[in-house]
Amino acid sequence: MAAYLGRRILQSLLILVGISIVTFVLLYMLPADPAAQVAGRSASPAMIANVRHELGLDQPIYKQYFRYAGGLLQGNLGRSYLERTEVTTLIASRFPATLQLMIGGVICELALGLTIGIIAALRRDSRVDQILMVTMFVTVSSPQFVLGIILLYVFAFELGWFPIGGYGGLRHLVLPSLTLGILGAGWYGRMMRSSMLDVLRQDYIRTARAKGLSRITIVLGHALPNAVLPIIAMIGIDIGNFMGGFVVVESVFGWPGIGNLTWLAIQRIDIPIIMGVTVISACAIVIGNLLADIIVPAIDPRIKLK
Amino acid sequence: MTTPSVTAERPPSTRGKSRVSALLRALARRKLALFGLAVIAVMVLLAAAAPLVAPYPYDQQLADGISLDGAPLPPDMKYLLGTDLLGRDLLSRLIYGARTSLVIGVVANGASVMIGSFIGIVAGFFGRWLGAALMRFTDLMMAFPAQLLAILLAALFSPSLWIVALVIAMVNWVQVARIVYTETRSLARRDFVEAERGLGAGMPRILLRHILPHLFPTLLVFGTLGISTSVLLEATLSYLGIGVQPPIPSWGNIISENQSYFGSAPWLVFFPGIAIILLALSFNLVGDALRDILDPMQKGRH
Repeated sequence: MAAYLGRRILQSLLILVGISIVTFVLLYMLPADPAAQVAGRSASPAMIANVRHELGLDQPIYKQYFRYAGGLLQGNLGRSYLERTEVTTLIASRFPATLQLMIGGVICELALGLTIGIIAALRRDSRVDQILMVTMFVTVSSPQFVLGIILLYVFAFELGWFPIGGYGGLRHLVLPSLTLGILGAGWYGRMMRSSMLDVLRQDYIRTARAKGLSRITIVLGHALPNAVLPIIAMIGIDIGNFMGGFVVVESVFGWPGIGNLTWLAIQRIDIPIIMGVTVISACAIVIGNLLADIIVPAIDPRIKLK
Repeated sequence: MTTPSVTAERPPSTRGKSRVSALLRALARRKLALFGLAVIAVMVLLAAAAPLVAPYPYDQQLADGISLDGAPLPPDMKYLLGTDLLGRDLLSRLIYGARTSLVIGVVANGASVMIGSFIGIVAGFFGRWLGAALMRFTDLMMAFPAQLLAILLAALFSPSLWIVALVIAMVNWVQVARIVYTETRSLARRDFVEAERGLGAGMPRILLRHILPHLFPTLLVFGTLGISTSVLLEATLSYLGIGVQPPIPSWGNIISENQSYFGSAPWLVFFPGIAIILLALSFNLVGDALRDILDPMQKGRH
């Protein structure tokens, strides 16, 4: 176990280093010039050169990278070019908003996805199952912005139940969470259905049935806990993948989170922010995968670590 | 070595006609796949014949396409799906938009399947340090948040149709590479490949005659499902304003042009939205049916 953990953590660290290098090189090769952006539209070439020197952009790329990586090791993501603030401060200030969305989204997708998956599995091959399967196909085929705008139109504009975008209390959180949740529910629902079907075929379920246990006890007490295991692994992976989705959802709903910060930074070529968000999202993905690999064998002793 | 059954190890016939027609018949038996195929066929026809079937030019600001107080017109007999903010016929714009979606979907996904299978095959077949290096790079790319990377790349390179397709390909090849790698590796160790190698067959012959035909089902499934992903990603990038640029109509940029009016002119968001979902859904349905038909491992599991 310890050896396995050690190897996986080392692997994860290497991947993070790799990602920071790839992103850095990618941003370095950009056709756009961040120095010109910072200096402003009416800046003379001399002023731009001056800014470039100030930001350290005139140094060779490996020197720039080592300076960045040195900061990274101390938890320092550098300073934003345009905001003149530490990137860590900026991201931290936006984090609560995005965390709310993430929690809301995960709750929605699990609640919807697991329910749909269980019902579809229990009513296998019936009309209900077919309708649910088609619904899940539709949700995984919908872009976030379309679903977001439609939800806004129906529930905020027409029915007036929720505010039309913006950040605030629980009422503001409902529609963006639903957007993330409905889309994720399609994936979870399909996984849950096939996982449930696998479990329902097992001998111990037949035994439970033979003992005369009620259907509810069998489903909730025996089948569900086993069927849900692969789903737990999925959550870890999913949380990392949320990051890209936030840019879109936050832009549709005017949500002042990390996605919004990233989008602004991309438009203004504020490289330290872009780097910071990419590195942190990659961390989230890597840690999510790592947790999935650690938690699932911990709950289910049948799964052996390699 | 135990005696493997000969039939299970036999490479599938490369004589394709009967297999293709069997595949089509199997597809036709599934209602959902048939629905998907029909939608795709209609959209392809509309897109190909756009100048003939579109009632108006996609970029013409029609004199009577806008109300007296300057608002877009709702759907009626003259403009079947209504008009947009500039008084252009929405149906015509959607038909031309189908071109954008289909071209990018097919080109981007074709490229990502090619990149992915190239890397997967090389890594799986030639193993050793080259394979290890390629797969570590693939792992690394998997830890990138795909959509964020796509947004980043698209925003930072000046957008054009081909750049958008390239960006999508650069993000989506990773999954293909992983699967192809796993399959190639297991194929390369199978008896019939060993036997062929023993008989003195060269790399190209083994690859072409034994590895590729076996990979074909996987590539076909990914080639179909991936178009759905690519269509969705293109729509999202264009919606954000970093994908296909106006005046070229794309379903995504039609929505972003008009979304500030969605309260008073919801059809301007609904119809393109439905178009995106329908197309992505159709490729998903067909791809899923193909996976069901082609992958015997999955049979009986659902």
